[in-house]
Amino acid sequence: MKSSSKWGNDVVNDKLKDVRLSVIDERIRDVKNVIAVSSGKGGVGKSLVASALSLSLARRGYGVGLFDLDLTSPSTHIILDVKDAQPIEDRGIVPPKIHGISYMSITYYSRDKPTPLRGRDFSNALIELMAITRWGTLDFLIIDMPPGISDATLDIIGLIKRSKFLIITTPSKLAFETVKKLIKLLSDLHIEIIGIIENMKIKESDFIKVNADKLGVKYLGEVNFDENLEDALGDVDKFSNTEFFKRIDGIVEELLKALAFEAQ
Amino acid sequence: MHEWALAEALISTVIQVSKKEGLRKIFEIEVRIGELQDIDLEIFKFALIQLRPDYLKDAEFKFKIVKTKLKCRICGHEWSPRKDELDESVREAIHFIPEITHAYLRCPRCGSIDFDIIEGRGVWLEYVRGK
Repeated sequence: MKSSSKWGNDVVNDKLKDVRLSVIDERIRDVKNVIAVSSGKGGVGKSLVASALSLSLARRGYGVGLFDLDLTSPSTHIILDVKDAQPIEDRGIVPPKIHGISYMSITYYSRDKPTPLRGRDFSNALIELMAITRWGTLDFLIIDMPPGISDATLDIIGLIKRSKFLIITTPSKLAFETVKKLIKLLSDLHIEIIGIIENMKIKESDFIKVNADKLGVKYLGEVNFDENLEDALGDVDKFSNTEFFKRIDGIVEELLKALAFEAQ
Repeated sequence: MHEWALAEALISTVIQVSKKEGLRKIFEIEVRIGELQDIDLEIFKFALIQLRPDYLKDAEFKFKIVKTKLKCRICGHEWSPRKDELDESVREAIHFIPEITHAYLRCPRCGSIDFDIIEGRGVWLEYVRGK
């Protein structure tokens, strides 16, 4: 775009640019793996899996970040008992370490207030957080995604092109129906799917495994419904002793193999 | 400081634009800043000076602050919240994530939480002038 001005043959770029987009790659430059924990439906246990996965990886000595991207309905801060921790301001914001995990959530700012966000506002809040959060060096950044295939999924695919998706479902045909759409979308966009975890299993069935195989997605394992899990929320020691956590801890081995990541 | 992260983002964008346009010397950079960001301009300017590469050292930064304009989706009322209406901790939360306004503000006419941020958020590169 050429334009005459008081400097003669100057070049003027007159297309307005959102400056935040230029630093997102830089902010995660030293993050080896970005894993989006995702599902087509709500209530399948994404936040619980994301929290357990983060804890399990951190305890194995990996550098782990957890980003609660369920901006309108965050819950990992309850599971991990985050309480009064706050990010540190240092040329941006540095997430505090919670149980060895660099932890970021909108709840630092929204507290317990409902924060209704329409699509454009959601995208703007996500971009802002991605642009100002300094994750530093991490082996894994785990993203707890909101359900479905709307703004968050499209934004993460667009903003972090190297995201890999870990898909959570229940044994229900209804949950899997929505998961199929998510898998189809990700496959069409050539986004890597690490595998699928079947959560809240209550009886023997190979429905999810058979269908995951049909779709060419690795079945990482099943997690039985754990009736003691509810009582362990907010108490990380108790949470770590649940059958749920132990099972996820076992699946982490499979996940590391799927990512060809050597155990430390 | 949050201003440093945004200054880094601006410098990075200017570098991208000037590379794309083949500019070797930059004379002027205009930046549009949303009022909701509540940026401390002195810190922002200082950060820009510290972070800019040599070929930007003679560039003049111009800042245009865009007033906040919110519009209720229920009753259509448009308004601009006054900074002094908000307590310090809320202002700080909005400073980091302007969309947090949705947690703390209501339409002053009908009380709805459903409103759009029409103007006043973000940091935008308006133009780069150079050769």
